[in-house]
Amino acid sequence: MHILVCVKQVPDTKNAKLDPVTHTLDRRSTTAITNPDDTHAVEEAVRLKKRYGGTVSVLTMGPPQAVATMRHCVQLGADRGFMISDRAFAGADTLATSYALSQAIEKIAREYEPIDLVITGKMTIDGDTGQVGPGIARRLDIPPLTGILKVEEIDVEKKKIRVHRKIEGGYEILESTLPALITVDKSINKVSRASLPNMIRAARYQPVIWSVNDLEGIDRNQLGLKGSPTVVGRIFPPPKPTGGKKLEGPVENQVKELTEILLQRPEWIKKRA
Amino acid sequence: MEEKKRQRELEKQRIQELLAQYRGVWVFIEAKGSKVEPVSLELLGAGRTLADKLGVELAGILIGDQVEGLAPTLFAYGADLVYVVDAPIYHHYRTEPFMKAFLHVAEKYKPEIVLFGATTNGKDLASAVATDLKTGLTADTTILDINVEERLLEASRPAFGGNIMATILCKTNRPQMATVRPKVMKALEPDYSRQGRIIREEVDVKEEEIHTKIIDIILESNKKANLEEADIIVAGGKGLGDEKGFQLVHQLAEVLGAGVGATRDVVEAGWISHPHQIGQTGITVTPKIYIAIGISGAVQHIVGMQNSGMIIAINKDPNAPIFDVATYGIVGDAFEIVPKLIEELKTRLYGVVQHA
Repeated sequence: MHILVCVKQVPDTKNAKLDPVTHTLDRRSTTAITNPDDTHAVEEAVRLKKRYGGTVSVLTMGPPQAVATMRHCVQLGADRGFMISDRAFAGADTLATSYALSQAIEKIAREYEPIDLVITGKMTIDGDTGQVGPGIARRLDIPPLTGILKVEEIDVEKKKIRVHRKIEGGYEILESTLPALITVDKSINKVSRASLPNMIRAARYQPVIWSVNDLEGIDRNQLGLKGSPTVVGRIFPPPKPTGGKKLEGPVENQVKELTEILLQRPEWIKKRA
Repeated sequence: MEEKKRQRELEKQRIQELLAQYRGVWVFIEAKGSKVEPVSLELLGAGRTLADKLGVELAGILIGDQVEGLAPTLFAYGADLVYVVDAPIYHHYRTEPFMKAFLHVAEKYKPEIVLFGATTNGKDLASAVATDLKTGLTADTTILDINVEERLLEASRPAFGGNIMATILCKTNRPQMATVRPKVMKALEPDYSRQGRIIREEVDVKEEEIHTKIIDIILESNKKANLEEADIIVAGGKGLGDEKGFQLVHQLAEVLGAGVGATRDVVEAGWISHPHQIGQTGITVTPKIYIAIGISGAVQHIVGMQNSGMIIAINKDPNAPIFDVATYGIVGDAFEIVPKLIEELKTRLYGVVQHA
């Protein structure tokens, strides 16, 4: 079985600082990490490989320094890495990104081995959209299974997969033919610690790197800024809720005032029986 | 030079003509059984405003099994017409058949704007169809506006972990699509005297062409914290001192029938389990009332609750950042204020004071 995982190197938004004037990300303040959800995707691929055999390939689109993310994936147990890296991909929104990645996936399937399962993280912490995974599935014309909590079983012979997919208030058990694409929820697994052999291998690992010229037949009009229908019109600080009133006076009065506020809409309160 | 300029003008004109073929605002209606998801009704309210400003009709697109009976509800909440694709194959949500149905109707009637609820299935469908329509999709929108002159949807969303808001535009492709978070927009007061048109569409989708099957649906809503659906959430932070202090949160929540939330450090300290964690590494909530007790207001927490309808903060430190986002703030000792508040609420709600 050949499992391909799409990963992304992202700025660590948790520690990100914003330029107070332009409200843009101060990149010097951030460190680059592998997108957290994607590490769960790699972990799941490695676990499935242990159960069913096969190969785990990882793919990323990014600048040359994204090699670090490829090495991180090898530490986690990936067998090989592919990178597409070119100015032509820069500024891509989710539509252009899913196009570029799917072109690379088709090349990997053609030149290495056919792909049975594509796995991506549920979303990235810099884009927060969750749109690239399903987009890739549509480009490849395979079923997208989003927000997967568990891979219950894969029937390698019959090319079938059974998964648990998160829905509001619970989950559904879903069966699909392979090849398929799953996006995984971070609760799917706990990312294992890298083994020493993997760490040694990762230290010197060189992924296959392709430029736009290596992707035969690619339509450049669908790449990067040119291929991105969405643009950022403007950025602004988050709006603050209206009000911002501090309650004053003795505690008793404050409590009375707050009670009135809370009782304005009694239907929101679920009284105990 | 002249030639280039002329070509640019022609291209601009071509795009304008193309865009002009698309008219109308649509809302994808999510329906479970005989019930419309609240977010769909909220989006009809938001869509009504957009449609009125653009001078076009507001449509709901309803895909399901025996769902046509929901149309009057959609009219009541603001729709002028409803496209209905109704067949047993749509009994459960599955990406492939829903996508095929949606694409069929969208390609035939060409809406200029489509809104989806940012729910599990809404986001799934929107991502799939936007790829096939080769158009822009803005995720998790929290503010919607329209540039009437250019007929441009201005969809704003939090970016970079909620540190800033970005307004996303889709200038050269149609439809303009966005998923919108539940509980951010307001549904209209329903008017059941409103009438509308129903347009039925048949789509050629066969079960053997579909690659997925739903084997079972397991609902476990009562086991989970279920904070996403709570109208009121009472949340506590490290300011409550210890697990015993955190009981104040449970007591107030009990009186109000509210959900219980917590900050990351409270969960890490083990005072409450992870499903209750609100913020960047937990869940995002948008209740009508959010009561933050002993929470200082780190950015990572704020992003998970800032879209609440009303935020009430109780904290000792007058400079705590939570007061920057709070609608009402009380500077003071939670251990003095909250028990008094509980007593007052009990008297007003239940008519008796139950001394422990």
